[in-house]
Amino acid sequence: MTTVSALSSRKGRNVELGLLVFAVAIVALAYINVGVAVEGAVPPSLVAVGTGFLVITAAFHITMRLRAPYADPLILPIATLLNGLGLVMINRLDLANDRSLAEGMALRQLMWSALAAGLAIAALIILRDHRILRRYTYLAGAIGFGLLLLPLVPGLGVENYGSRIWIAVGPFSFQPGEIAKIVLAVFFAGYLVQTRDALSVAGRRILGLTLPRARDLGPILVAWMLSVGVLVLEKDLGSSLLFFGLFVAMLYIATERTSWVAIGLLLFGVGCWVANLLFSHVQRRVLLWLDTFSREALDTSDQLARGLMGMASGGMLGTGLGRGRPELTYFAESDFIIPSFGEEIGLIGLFALLLLYVLLVERGLRTAIGARDGFGKLLAAGLAFSVALQCFVVVGGVTRVIPLTGLTMPFLSQGGSSLLANWTLVALLLRISDHARRPVPDPAAPNPVASEETQVVKVR
Amino acid sequence: MSELTITVMRLGLLVALWAFVIAVVGVLRGDLYGTQVTPRRAAAPRGNTPRPAARGSAASVPAEQRPVGRRINARSASRDPNHLRVMSGPLAGTSLPLREAGILIGRSPESALVLEDDFASGRHARIFKGPDGWVVEDLGSTNGTFIGPQRLTTATPVTAGTEIRFGTTVVELRR
Repeated sequence: MTTVSALSSRKGRNVELGLLVFAVAIVALAYINVGVAVEGAVPPSLVAVGTGFLVITAAFHITMRLRAPYADPLILPIATLLNGLGLVMINRLDLANDRSLAEGMALRQLMWSALAAGLAIAALIILRDHRILRRYTYLAGAIGFGLLLLPLVPGLGVENYGSRIWIAVGPFSFQPGEIAKIVLAVFFAGYLVQTRDALSVAGRRILGLTLPRARDLGPILVAWMLSVGVLVLEKDLGSSLLFFGLFVAMLYIATERTSWVAIGLLLFGVGCWVANLLFSHVQRRVLLWLDTFSREALDTSDQLARGLMGMASGGMLGTGLGRGRPELTYFAESDFIIPSFGEEIGLIGLFALLLLYVLLVERGLRTAIGARDGFGKLLAAGLAFSVALQCFVVVGGVTRVIPLTGLTMPFLSQGGSSLLANWTLVALLLRISDHARRPVPDPAAPNPVASEETQVVKVR
Repeated sequence: MSELTITVMRLGLLVALWAFVIAVVGVLRGDLYGTQVTPRRAAAPRGNTPRPAARGSAASVPAEQRPVGRRINARSASRDPNHLRVMSGPLAGTSLPLREAGILIGRSPESALVLEDDFASGRHARIFKGPDGWVVEDLGSTNGTFIGPQRLTTATPVTAGTEIRFGTTVVELRR
């Protein structure tokens, strides 16, 4: 016989402060390393960039102390470190491409980081309780699907490098799919909390799997058709996989039925197979994936091959920041930032980075376990899973585990929309974990207001 | 700057990255929270080492009954019911510890015992410790809370073994 007792957690804000200082120190070391290796001196911009980075971090930490004192102490330092290392690598590629700080991508990335962190801080201040989001379930659904399909609007959507996943308004361009990820997670969480009972009722049991009833297949079929629509119309395998994977994973978490995963994988497999038969851009991706070094594939695109060569030349310990040639790969600062890191900090460094992502996802899933309400559980699990799936798709793509798709590495890759989305995601996780780790108020404890004597007040 | 400086920095960066990862994992280890499952037997074999009497009696009280940060009255602990068991209904066989502050029973996810029962209300009933023992109180549920044939209208004391019915669920207090 066992007993179950509740343990309350420590707040951990000081732990967070310590780890944040550590993270900023690592970023500063990497920044100096780049400057020394490329230009032979400590970069003069260190003070300006470092102060900017430090101010953002400090502001976030103070907000946490005031607004989410019980939140998980590990999420923020990990996100800060990843964002900072991304900045260092983008700055390093600016130097390699002879772009000065003012016109380079690093400064813009720093500004986007500030904006994204500002948005996350605002989200923490405005959103006092994540359960408020549940009221906007269907609004979130409409906005999410709208954002996903927005690039298809003529005149608004732009086709870049074969994928129509951008929208351009004036001088600004934006990837709405990144934001859609969060909004859709809110929708799925709210929707599945309501309907999971119906979706997990007993169905027929075949081959050890409890299959759902045919009429309960509606939602998964709608999600599948939308993701195939994204694949076909926007020609983007990455967002399609991310969106469908998120739905299937949340469905599985909500219903605890393995059959949903099996049905999801089957549907996705069929979708991919048909897409491979019908569409040339999918066939090209598959060719690049299976025969990267064949003459035919190299004539189509040698990006993947260059990335692999870069990682190979980095080896175990890497060439050292500033000493490799990651700029030879196209999109070395966004889609291919992982090979850039692989080349310069080696397999050992890359595994540390991947472990940071694993720990970030673990904290998200731990938050889901700790959350006391069904909506919070599903939302935290969905958000954490979306980060994990996105990392898998990106890293799997550049290492030839799966066909390469155009997704960004959370926090690391250059790109404003990605930063905005991922910092908002972190803010939501922090909000849920603050709620999950807050000690349960003891109803037996005397309420200071209730124990006050009621006073008789003369009205006239 | 010399090549040596660069090499030291480059290896130092890798060491720092891994030190960060290890620091995070270290925090993870010290940051366990939520529920802790302890085998009941753990307290018993310590009997051969002499201990102060007060300490010993506290250890013999099951952890589930000990509210965090409060002393338990060791005299009543041996006789009072300390858990709730679902006798029939969709959740038959479930048991959960009673808390002196009271536990909420209903379909709402905030309840301690979340009923999956179409005939139960969101906040159906509450079981709490009154001055003379455990008390069950109907919270204005649609279909009522019953002890035997009688529908509860006020907070009613219950003892171990009394069957309490909500919708199609029957629960009982157990020692």
